[in-house]
Amino acid sequence: MTEKEKRDPASSEEAGETLSADNRAQDVSPKQPGKREETDRTDSDRPQSSQKQEAAREATPKTPRPAAAGRARPAAGARNRPAVKKEEEKPLEPSPLEPVLNRFVEIIKEKAGAEAIEEAYVNRAGRHLPVLVIKRESWPSVAGLLKEDPGLSFDYVRNLSGVDYETHMEVVYHLYSFAHSHQIGIRVKTDREESRMPSVQHLWKAADWNEREIYDLLGIRFEGHPNLKRILMPDDWVGHPLRKDYEPLDKEV
Amino acid sequence: MLRTEEMLLNVGPQHPSTHGVLRLIVKIDGETIVDAEPVIGYLHRGTEKLAEDLNYTQIIPYTDRMDYLSAMTNNYAIVHATEQLMGLEIPERAEFLRVIVMELNRIASHLVWMGTYLLDIGAMSPFLYAFRDREQILNLFNELCGARITYNYMRVGGVKWDAPPGWIDKVGEFVQYMKKQMDEYHGLITGNEIFIQRTKGIGIYDRETAIQFGLSGANLRVTGVKWDLRKNQPYSIYERFDFDVPVGQTGDLYDKYLCRMQEIVESLKILEQAVEQFPEGGSTMGKVPRVLRVPEGEIYVGIESPRGELGCHIVSKGKDKPWRLKFRRPSFYNLQILPTLLKGENISNLVAILGGIDIVLGEVDC
Repeated sequence: MTEKEKRDPASSEEAGETLSADNRAQDVSPKQPGKREETDRTDSDRPQSSQKQEAAREATPKTPRPAAAGRARPAAGARNRPAVKKEEEKPLEPSPLEPVLNRFVEIIKEKAGAEAIEEAYVNRAGRHLPVLVIKRESWPSVAGLLKEDPGLSFDYVRNLSGVDYETHMEVVYHLYSFAHSHQIGIRVKTDREESRMPSVQHLWKAADWNEREIYDLLGIRFEGHPNLKRILMPDDWVGHPLRKDYEPLDKEV
Repeated sequence: MLRTEEMLLNVGPQHPSTHGVLRLIVKIDGETIVDAEPVIGYLHRGTEKLAEDLNYTQIIPYTDRMDYLSAMTNNYAIVHATEQLMGLEIPERAEFLRVIVMELNRIASHLVWMGTYLLDIGAMSPFLYAFRDREQILNLFNELCGARITYNYMRVGGVKWDAPPGWIDKVGEFVQYMKKQMDEYHGLITGNEIFIQRTKGIGIYDRETAIQFGLSGANLRVTGVKWDLRKNQPYSIYERFDFDVPVGQTGDLYDKYLCRMQEIVESLKILEQAVEQFPEGGSTMGKVPRVLRVPEGEIYVGIESPRGELGCHIVSKGKDKPWRLKFRRPSFYNLQILPTLLKGENISNLVAILGGIDIVLGEVDC
């Protein structure tokens, strides 16, 4: 095969992909791994977007629909395969951090009651982070426990984020303990319409501004926070921008 | 008997010593600071909100503008979090290039801090020296990716541009040059009587306070906590390199200076090893689908930026855009301790203490 012949099918392949945009993510990796790598390498030498446009412009009049449809079919088959594989893999080996999680759960169950924990799991995708979902009512006592209990002693707040899940609001805490070098993720759910959350600012000062930020951007009220006012947006701003139902002033931007 | 009363003093938001648009409302009694309240948000651009309408590659240039003194580490934070969530493998050459540019950027960032900090407390010339050397790093970046400040260099799966021929050698030359320059800096600043008078024993806090306020980076290490994410929770290929984590003893401003200067030396060590081990050939982009669809899940990763722990929290719902993207910006956390540090201090120490924290307002406001 000459250089040109090699490149031609590749460019029409790309055109097919641009047309059937939905199938692209799935059909790239499982197919002809060797060839893909070659085209990828040539891409990185040139600005990507312009090349894609070029390819699309060249190919659309030449090979319009049939090529795209032809490619879409095998891709649909390919889409099912990885999904099945995942299910098979899941029940295999437990996470190395499973015992750590169990220890956390035991201590909290013993001292704050079994009903405090809604769910406990190891977030495999997130670097095997032990995660606890805590009931909002129990959160103040559990937070105190996390900080003070000698077996837990989480003294360092790494991050707080608020997430709007549309069905409910959630605050995610990432804590670390310098004494034991272990970490934990805590998720606490709250109602969406009347979102309130007990403040942990008195336990970890680091949470102070972070709670104000979450209040500012998501409208979750932290009860017991001494200075809960907007921090990033102007004081007279209406609405909380990171809520999913927030309507921006200028939709074009 | 003279009558005294407390006075409100407004510092900023347009003030050369606040390093950006930071406003401080300071209550003073004579020359003593009674209370101080930082007001932020002047540079808030809603990066997190914008990111919800952008795909993962489009977010990268936005991160450049958060901490504009070390855009490479910001690039890496988002790219790294996405890769971890997708379970991608990164080619070795790309990892090396990433480490090299991040460490170069760390040096550049510390040089800017050192130069402007000395300028804050009244020394003009170190600023010029620092910017002269930083210029060399910016030129290296310019040659690599065509930009001097906002690089947009990294991609999910690798880096955008391979090193041009001879570039790695130039980095090696710079490392040797910079090593010599360190002696010059120490000769110029470290033993300077005025500098010592302005910084020794000022702005002290202890380990517990630092942890309580969630400080990270040099602000935490200065109290003796050996906490560097490159060592404690290694990412990329940092495990392969031999370097130390400098910690302070007293926790004062002078210690912060020494800590950051030593960090430059450690970064040079990493660079020297990286240049030596730099792989001959290989791709700079891993196997990545054209449209990045990040599987449903949640991840938080923290990396060590020049200012501390730069975290990236992604909540994905399996789309090509993040459902929620949150950046844990080190400057945002580090700035919280300022009112505590300022209370009871003399007004003339205000700028010295603020400068010592090393904040970048683009990052505080995000």
